Amino acid sequence: MDHKRRDTLKAGGGLGIFGLLVAAGLIKPELAEAAWNKSAFEAKNLESALAALGAGKPGDSAEVQLNTPDIAENGAVVPVGVVSKLPNTEQIAILIEKNPNLLAAKFEIPAGTAAEVQTRVKMGQTSDIYAVVKADGKFYVTKKEVKVTLGGCGG
Amino acid sequence: MSMHRREFLQLLAVAAAGGLALHNGGAEAARAGEAFYDLPRFGNVSLLHMTDCHAQLLPLRFREPSVNLGVGAMAGQAPHLVGEHLLKRFGIPPGSAEAHAFTCLDFTEAARNYGKVGGFAQLATLVKRLKASRPGALLLDGGDTWQGSATALWTRAQDMVDAAKLLGVDVMTLHWESTYGAERVKEVEEKDFAGRIDIVAQNVRTTDFEDPVFKPYVIREINRVPVAIIGQAFPYTPIANPRWLTPEWSFGIQEQSLQQAVEQARAEGAQVVVLLSHNGMDVDLKLASRVSGIDAIFGGHTHDGVPAPVVVANPGGRTLVTNAGSNGKFLGVMDFEVKDGRVADFRYRLLPVFADLLPADAEMAAFIQRVRAPFAGRLAEPLAHTEGLLYRRGNFNGSWDQLLLDALMAEKEAEIAFSPGFRWGTTLLPGETLTMEQLMDQTAITYPWTTVTRMTGAMIKTVLEDVCDNLFNPDPYYQQGGDMVRVGGLQYACEPGAAMGRRISDMRLDGKPLEADKLYTVAGWAPVAEEAREAGEPVWEVVARYLRGRGVVPLVTPTQPVLKGVAGNPGLI
Repeated sequence: MDHKRRDTLKAGGGLGIFGLLVAAGLIKPELAEAAWNKSAFEAKNLESALAALGAGKPGDSAEVQLNTPDIAENGAVVPVGVVSKLPNTEQIAILIEKNPNLLAAKFEIPAGTAAEVQTRVKMGQTSDIYAVVKADGKFYVTKKEVKVTLGGCGG
Repeated sequence: MSMHRREFLQLLAVAAAGGLALHNGGAEAARAGEAFYDLPRFGNVSLLHMTDCHAQLLPLRFREPSVNLGVGAMAGQAPHLVGEHLLKRFGIPPGSAEAHAFTCLDFTEAARNYGKVGGFAQLATLVKRLKASRPGALLLDGGDTWQGSATALWTRAQDMVDAAKLLGVDVMTLHWESTYGAERVKEVEEKDFAGRIDIVAQNVRTTDFEDPVFKPYVIREINRVPVAIIGQAFPYTPIANPRWLTPEWSFGIQEQSLQQAVEQARAEGAQVVVLLSHNGMDVDLKLASRVSGIDAIFGGHTHDGVPAPVVVANPGGRTLVTNAGSNGKFLGVMDFEVKDGRVADFRYRLLPVFADLLPADAEMAAFIQRVRAPFAGRLAEPLAHTEGLLYRRGNFNGSWDQLLLDALMAEKEAEIAFSPGFRWGTTLLPGETLTMEQLMDQTAITYPWTTVTRMTGAMIKTVLEDVCDNLFNPDPYYQQGGDMVRVGGLQYACEPGAAMGRRISDMRLDGKPLEADKLYTVAGWAPVAEEAREAGEPVWEVVARYLRGRGVVPLVTPTQPVLKGVAGNPGLI
C-alpha cells in the first residue's frame, strides 16, 4: 500500500481537502457561493428538485456515467462519481431520491474542463441515485440503485 | 471417469486385502486412488484451483444443500441445481461416488460408504501428483482459507498460513482472511508469504485516496506462456463482516478497474488471463457477461461444487466460469491449450477429494499433527452424542443451525433467535460424538459475541426482508452470497421471487401472528457493529454449556419457512 500520500497529508496538518484544493488553485471559494441554488437544495421530491434545477423532464443518456457501489459499505459516506461525455457539459447534479433533501451536490463545469466529478454522500436507506447533466443548454439524466443494508450474515 | 459404489468398494476391498489400512497410505490404496484420479494431461498451461477450505486441515464430512434456489434469470441454471436435478444436468450417474460428492442424496448412507472427504494431507498428495503430471502448473487459492476451525482462530490463522505454504499455493485472494484485521493480513503478506504466495485483489483500495492495497494481478510463466492471474476479493467484506476490522479498505465489484487490469495484463504480454474470484457464482456469471478478455473465472464464496464450467459470451468473446465447492472437498483442474498467443481449447475437471483414495502426504500429516498438538485436549472434549444428522448448508436452515438456535433461546431465555446464514461448517453423522472441535467448526469467528435485543415485530420483519434481499435480489450484484438468516422460535412464509420488502409474510410465534409494535426478546450472535464488540459471551460457550447439560442431542428437525412460488424449481428437493 502506498502510505506516502496519506502520511504527507496528515503531516500537512489541518488544511483539509478543501483547503488544499484552494491552496493548489484548483477551485476558488467564491465558485461555491455563486452557484448556491437554495430552492433546489431544499427540494423534497424528485419533481420539484428537477424543476428547481431548471431540468424539467431530462432525457436518458448513455453518455452520462454514474459510478457508485452497488451496495454501500457505509451509508454515511457513499462514494459517487459522475462522468459526462456530452460535449459542452456545463453542470452536473447528484440527487438521492430517498434522502430528505434530494439534491446532494451541484457542480458548475467551466468551459474546457473535463466533466468528471466525485464526492461522498450520506444515505439513510436504499435509493436510486440520479446524475443530472446540463450540456449545451439541455438536460440529461442517468440513474442507479444503491442498496443500504443492515449487514452481517455473509459467506 | 465416474465410479459406482460397487467399484469404489471393490477398490477399497482390494486395498484392504493387501493388508493395508487405507488411511495409512498403503500401496494398494495408492493404486486404487491412482485409478480414480488418472487424469490425462491436456494442453500446455494448467491451473489447479481450491477455494473456501475454511481452515479444515483434517478429512471431514460436508453435506451439499437440498435447497439452493435461483430466482429470476438464475432459476434452474447452474449453480442453482440440487440433488437429482444437478446429476441430470451434468450427466452424473446416480449412486456414483461423484453423485455423493456433488449432492446430498442419501447422504448418511453414502457418507458411510464413501468415507470422508478433503483433508490437507490428502489434498497435498493430489496436488503433488497433478503438479508432477502437469509441469509448471500453479495452485490458486480463492480464499476463506484462514477461517472456520478452532486451530485457525486460536493461532490467528498461523496454522493455515503455514499449511498453504506447505501445500504449494502460488496465488490467493481474500474474504474471511480480512476478519483477522487489516494489520494481520498485511503482516502475513509481507512476512510469511514474501517470495512464496502472492495475494492479489484488484478491487481492494484505500477508502481515502483509492490507492491499491494489494497487487491487482501477477503474471507467471507456465511453459513459456505468460499467464495473468487477477484477484477479486469478496466485494462485500465490510458489509457482511465487521467494517471496523478493515476500516481503511474499500472493496466492491469494480468492473471498470477489472477491465483496465485485463487490458494492462494483455498489454504486458499475458496470453492467458484468469480471474481468481471470491465474488460468488451468480456475481461471476454477470461479471463474465460484461467484462471482456478473461479466459476463465475461478470462483468461490458461494460454495457451489459445479462439475463443468458455464460458458458465458461477452463483447470480447467468451469466458469460462467455474466454482470449486468448499471445505477441501474438491480440486479444480483446468488445462488450457495455448496456441498462437491465445487459448485455443480447454479441459476442466472438478475432482472430488476422497480421503480414502488418497494416501496422506507424510510431511503435511506431520505438520498437521504438530500444529494441533497444543490444543488436542480442548479440541477432543466430548460435548454430546448426536442421534441425528447435523448439517448446516442450505438456503434456509440446517439441523446444526437449529441446534445453535435452540441453545441460544434456552440459555438466553429468548423467544426468538437469529443465527447467520453461513455456508461453512462441517457435518456430523447420526451416532457420532459432538466434540468442542466440531462446535468450533460452526462458530469459529473473530466476532463470536452473543447478543440479546428487544426488537419490535416490525423490526424483525425488516431484518428478515433485508437479509432475504441479499440472497434473492434478481440482480446478482445486489446479493451478498450468504444464506438466509436462521430463525428460531418464529415461523414465517417466504416468497423468494417477490420484490424487496414483500418476500416475508405470515410471521408467527407459538401460532400467534407477530405484532408490529410489540417488543420481543431476540438472541443472536456474530454482530457486525463495532458497538457490539464483546457484547456477550462467545457463542461457543453458550452452546457448549447447553450441550454438556444434555449429553444427548435427539434428532433435530430444522424449522423451515413455508416457501411460496418455488414449486418445480430444480434448486429444491
